[in-house]
Amino acid sequence: MNEGRTTPPRRVLRNLSAKIASIPMILTATVVFAGGTVWTVVHSFTNSRLLPRLNFIGLDQYERLWSTPRWLTSIENLLVYGGLSLVLQLVIGFVLAALLDQKIRFEDAFRTIFLYPFALSFVVTGLVWQWLLNPDFGVQHVVRGLGWESFTFNPLYDQSIVIYGILIAALWQGTGLVMCLMLAGLRGIDEDIWKAARVDGIPMWKTYLFIVIPMMRPVFVTTLVIIASGIVRVYDLVVAQTSGGPGQASEVPAKYVYDYMFAAQNLGQGFAASTMMLLSVAIIVVPWAYLEFGRRRS
Amino acid sequence: MTDAAILPAAGTSSRPAALSGPQGPRPRRALSVRNVVIYGTLTVVAVYYLLPLYVMVVTSLKGLPEIRMGNIFSPPVEITFEPWVKAWATACTGLNCDGLSRGFWNSVRITVPSVVFSIVVASVNGYALANWRFRGAELFFTILIVGAFIPYQVMLYPIVIILREIGLYGSLWGLVIVHSIFGMPILTLLFRNYFASVPEELFKAARVDGAGFWQIYFKIMLPMALPIFVVAIILQVTGIWNDFLFGVVYTRPDTYPMTVQLNNIVNSVQGVKEYNVNMAATILTGLVPLIVYFISGKLFVRGIAAGAVKG
Repeated sequence: MNEGRTTPPRRVLRNLSAKIASIPMILTATVVFAGGTVWTVVHSFTNSRLLPRLNFIGLDQYERLWSTPRWLTSIENLLVYGGLSLVLQLVIGFVLAALLDQKIRFEDAFRTIFLYPFALSFVVTGLVWQWLLNPDFGVQHVVRGLGWESFTFNPLYDQSIVIYGILIAALWQGTGLVMCLMLAGLRGIDEDIWKAARVDGIPMWKTYLFIVIPMMRPVFVTTLVIIASGIVRVYDLVVAQTSGGPGQASEVPAKYVYDYMFAAQNLGQGFAASTMMLLSVAIIVVPWAYLEFGRRRS
Repeated sequence: MTDAAILPAAGTSSRPAALSGPQGPRPRRALSVRNVVIYGTLTVVAVYYLLPLYVMVVTSLKGLPEIRMGNIFSPPVEITFEPWVKAWATACTGLNCDGLSRGFWNSVRITVPSVVFSIVVASVNGYALANWRFRGAELFFTILIVGAFIPYQVMLYPIVIILREIGLYGSLWGLVIVHSIFGMPILTLLFRNYFASVPEELFKAARVDGAGFWQIYFKIMLPMALPIFVVAIILQVTGIWNDFLFGVVYTRPDTYPMTVQLNNIVNSVQGVKEYNVNMAATILTGLVPLIVYFISGKLFVRGIAAGAVKG
C-alpha cells in the first residue's frame, strides 16, 4: 500500500470518508443493537416500574413472569401458532411453488395473486379476517344460510380456538412469501437432474421428496429462519384481529411486552419478557448461524 | 423471409429426418388429469386468496341495512360510496373526527423522509463496506446483521431513552430515525452485495484517475445502481407504510400513522359498528402498498428475495 510510506498519524485519516460514511452504521450496531440489548437485559434484573432504575432484585421479575397466567397463555399461544404456521407455511408454500413450476400458463397471474396479501400490513390482514370470521355476518352466517343450520365456526369469540382464527389470517398473509422463496429455490435446481430422474423412471413425487428437497436444504433453512423470527415478533396481527381476546385467550409475548412497558408502567416485567423473547430467537438463530457460517469457514 | 421460403421444402423432404425419432416435447392434451389437478388446485387457492379482497370491496360499497340483511359474499344491490367518503373525511378516533385523511398524510410525512433518509444512509454504507474496507468494518457489519434478528421489543425502550435525550421523542423525525435504524441491516446488505458485484477494475480505474470517495459514489456507483435503488424503495415504502409497532410507540395520537389510526377507528368500542366504513378504511390503508405491489411486479419479488437470501 502506498499509504504505508506516510507517517503513523495518517492511519486514522486513511479512508476517512469511508469512516465518516459508516458512522450511522457503527452507531446503530454498537449503541442501538448491542448497547440497547445489553441495557434491556441488565434492566430486566431490576425492579424498575415507571422509570428504569438500577435497583437489582435478582431473578424476581422472571419468577413473577413465569407465574403470571397471561404470560403462560402467551407462550402457549406462540408455540401452537408458531409450530402450526411454520409447518403449514412450508408445506403449502412448497406445494404451490411446485405447482407453479410445472411450466404452466398464467404463472405470473397466479403468483401475483398468491403474493399480494404479503404487501398488506398485518393490521389490514387482521381487520379483514376479523370481518370474515364475524359470527353474525361472516363465513359462519353464510354457511348457515345455505341450509347447514348447526354449522359453527366462530374462532374469534371462542377462547379454545381463537388462535386458529389468527393462524388462518397469518397463513393468508405470509404463505405467498414462502412460495416465492421456494419457487426461486426450485428454479435453481439443474434441469439435468429432472431429466436424469425421468430417464431412470423415478416418479415425480419421489424426485421431489428424495432429490429436490434435500438439494434445497439451504433454501428451506433460510426460509425457516425468516418465518421463525417473524413468528416471535407477531404483534399487530393480534392487536388488530382480536386485541388479545376473548379474555386473554389470544395474547402473545410481543403484546405482553408492549402492554407492560407502555401501558401498565411495569418496565421490569416488560424487560424480563423481552429478554425471554430474545432468548427464544437466540435458540433458533444461533445454531443456524453456527451451521451456516461455521461450515463456510472450514 | 428466407425461413418461410425454406420451410415448405423442408416439410416435403423431412421424411428421412423423421426416422431419427419424434422431435420436441410430447404434445399434451389440454384436459389431461395432470392439468386438471394443477389448474384446479391453483384456481381454488387463488379464489381463497382473492376472497378477502373481494369481500372488502363489496362490503365497503354496501349500505349498513344491506349488510345486516344479506351475506358478505353477495354483490351490493345498491352501490354507495358514502362509506368511503366517511372513512376518509369524518370517521372518528377518540375526539378527532376528521377521518383517515389525517393518518394518511401523517403516513406520507413519515414514509417519504424515512425512505429517502434510510436509503441514502444505507447505500453510502454499503458502498463503503464493499469498496473502502477499513479495519473493524466487517465487525460492525456483522453486529448489524445479527441485530436484524433481535426482536424489536428488546430495543424499544432504549430507543425511547435515546430519542428523549436528543429531544426527538414523539416527533416525526424521531420515527424517521427509528425506521432508518431498523431498515439499515437489510438495506446495507442489499447495497453492499450489489456494489461488491461491480467489477473492481472500474473502481480501480477511477482511483487511478484520482477520483475520491464521494466522486466515485456519485459519478460511477450511483448511476449503475439505479435498479437496486428501485428495489430498496419498494422494500422501504411497503415496510414503513405497513408499520404499526413503531408508530404506536414513537408518535403521539395527532401524529399517528395510518395503520394505527385505522386500528383505532375499527376497534373502537364506542358507537355502532359501521362495517362498511371500516372496510373502506381498511382498503384505503392497504391501497398504497397494493399499488406499489402491482406496479412494481417482478421488482417486488426481487426485493423480498434480496431480503431473504443472505450474502
